[in-house]
Amino acid sequence: MSAAVLQVRNLCVHYDTDAGPIKAAENVTFDLAKGERLGLVGESGSGKSTTVLALLRMVTSPGRIRSGQVVVDGTDLMQLSPEQMRRMRGSAVSLIPQAAMNSLNPVMRIRDHFYDTIRAHDRSMDRRQLAEHSAQLVESVGLRPNVLGMYPHELSGGMKQRVCIAMGICLQPKVIIADEPTSALDVVVQRQVMETLGRIQRELDAAIILVGHDMGLMAQFVDKLGIMYAGRLVEVGPVADVFREPLHPYTRLLINTLPSLDVKAVFKGIPGTTPSLLNAPPGCAFHQRCPDASGSCYESDHVLTEVLPGRWVACPCYAGAAA
Amino acid sequence: MTTPLLEARNVTKIFSSRGSIGKKGSVTVAVNQASLTIHADPPSIVAIAGESGSGKTTLSRLLLGLVSPTSGDVFYRGRPMTALKGDERMAFRRDVQAIFQDPFEVYNPFYRVDHALEMPIKRFEPTKSADERRAMIEKALGVVGLRVDETLGRYPHQLSGGQRQRVMVARALMLNPSIIVADEPVSMVDASLRATILESLLNAHDQLAIAIIYITHDLTTAYQVCTSILMMYSGAMVEVGNVDRVIKDPLHPYTQLLVGSIPLPDPTKRWAANVRSATSASGQHSTSQGCSFAPRCPHVMDICREVTPPLFRVNADRAVACYLYRDAPVVSPEDVSALYIGA
Repeated sequence: MSAAVLQVRNLCVHYDTDAGPIKAAENVTFDLAKGERLGLVGESGSGKSTTVLALLRMVTSPGRIRSGQVVVDGTDLMQLSPEQMRRMRGSAVSLIPQAAMNSLNPVMRIRDHFYDTIRAHDRSMDRRQLAEHSAQLVESVGLRPNVLGMYPHELSGGMKQRVCIAMGICLQPKVIIADEPTSALDVVVQRQVMETLGRIQRELDAAIILVGHDMGLMAQFVDKLGIMYAGRLVEVGPVADVFREPLHPYTRLLINTLPSLDVKAVFKGIPGTTPSLLNAPPGCAFHQRCPDASGSCYESDHVLTEVLPGRWVACPCYAGAAA
Repeated sequence: MTTPLLEARNVTKIFSSRGSIGKKGSVTVAVNQASLTIHADPPSIVAIAGESGSGKTTLSRLLLGLVSPTSGDVFYRGRPMTALKGDERMAFRRDVQAIFQDPFEVYNPFYRVDHALEMPIKRFEPTKSADERRAMIEKALGVVGLRVDETLGRYPHQLSGGQRQRVMVARALMLNPSIIVADEPVSMVDASLRATILESLLNAHDQLAIAIIYITHDLTTAYQVCTSILMMYSGAMVEVGNVDRVIKDPLHPYTQLLVGSIPLPDPTKRWAANVRSATSASGQHSTSQGCSFAPRCPHVMDICREVTPPLFRVNADRAVACYLYRDAPVVSPEDVSALYIGA
């Protein structure tokens, strides 16, 4: 595991409320190798956005990171001072936010977004260098340099999303986090944006975490898939293996609900609803909806374990299968 | 042939905004010469698909009578929509039900969900007693697979998005309508619940013989749910026909582009390389002549930029608005529905 550029260990994020802590992320643990593409999927409220915000230490009150380590290239981000952490954002780990249309300042030209970001980290560039560098960045995502002189409202949704990608890579980060980067876009534009992101990621040889709930997009884009449920990572494995042979019952049911173009099958959703994260029942978070739940599932939570090489699952059904 | 339940004949809807100082007013053709026929017997189940800005929602609103067409006519059981008054209007409102996209905004948060279910019965069946109302509500909740004790008596915020949307399906089918117009009913719902909602719509179609218009940008669910599909681009119908044929073997270059861009949930079938750089469609269409897809089309010819292509009948169950198929006979708007009746 020495090649891992990002190591996340037992990350716990709670939101404190009057009724008690909401455990939005519990013991999230995973590794990411250089140049690897990880997908984090889960239903809304499963803790995927909270997890990636915690990687950047951007969880805000009432949320708080209770424990855990986030190690980027040997540095534990949790141990840094706020100023040191600020320097890491964008340069070590960058975020391409959800809803690009809302993350650009409507009264600033695109150019100034780039200048601000770069100068917050590197004061050595003069204006001419900044202009050249920004132009290269927007060209790398397939936009014309004249976009730099425009305001956000002059761009289409897909163009704004590409501007956000260009800003996310302007400091050549080691890890790019993309939180549902295409959720508001049409399939054709979505495909173009994802292909742009993929090409840039390969050029920088950066690792990427793609957050989303669209299993189709995950299947198209990532190498490794992590499934989140009720704040826990329940399964991690190579994307092809997870789709071919899901190990966790939740993953299996989730994949079965996906409509395909091959067969017209009878629709079946997953019965039941996600448990409240406030007073989570004891035992595995999925036991109320799980068809295979038995004895120990009602009592203790399961730990993510490597049951086959590269395949991790938090379910006792497969604990014996590895032996 | 029986009178169709709902029919749109050459409808066009133009939204124009008045200019302000120093700015010219703009004109958006949301729906351009669209024709569509829905039959009650056997009940049709048709998808209207397209990307955002293609006019699919406006077309559904025209069919619901929520907006009136700039030109062309919408007919309900053979009567022009504009002529419906009083009792006829009430009958239409009851017979044609709608389900909207956002299950969070359609509820009044101060009332329990019972209120949303009781109101339509009180309105359309004022003679029903409280017990009879309760029985109707329970039956409808059963069809959509919701448990009465877990649903009634709750406030909207106490239900999940999927449950709320299923309550809306129950509400729509409770009064035994002939047709439900569902505008993106699952786009704001998690994947694991999507199937449940579409399942309840299909149940309504199969068990209660309700016709369905399913409006979506998601071709995979359209393929799963519907028998026929109507593809829209820039307000115009570009391809119409049996859903299996259209998805498996798209003929219009736009449909081909769209089908090729579906992110299939299968890591062994990734997007083919080299997608053409095409710009987004929204906001670009104008009243100018020619095919609106011409600027993005890889097969564009001179004629495409000059004359808007009519629908060509390529085979028994398919029509395509593209000059690549100009050897085929032109379909008149009245005959378009024949393409998907038998499907």
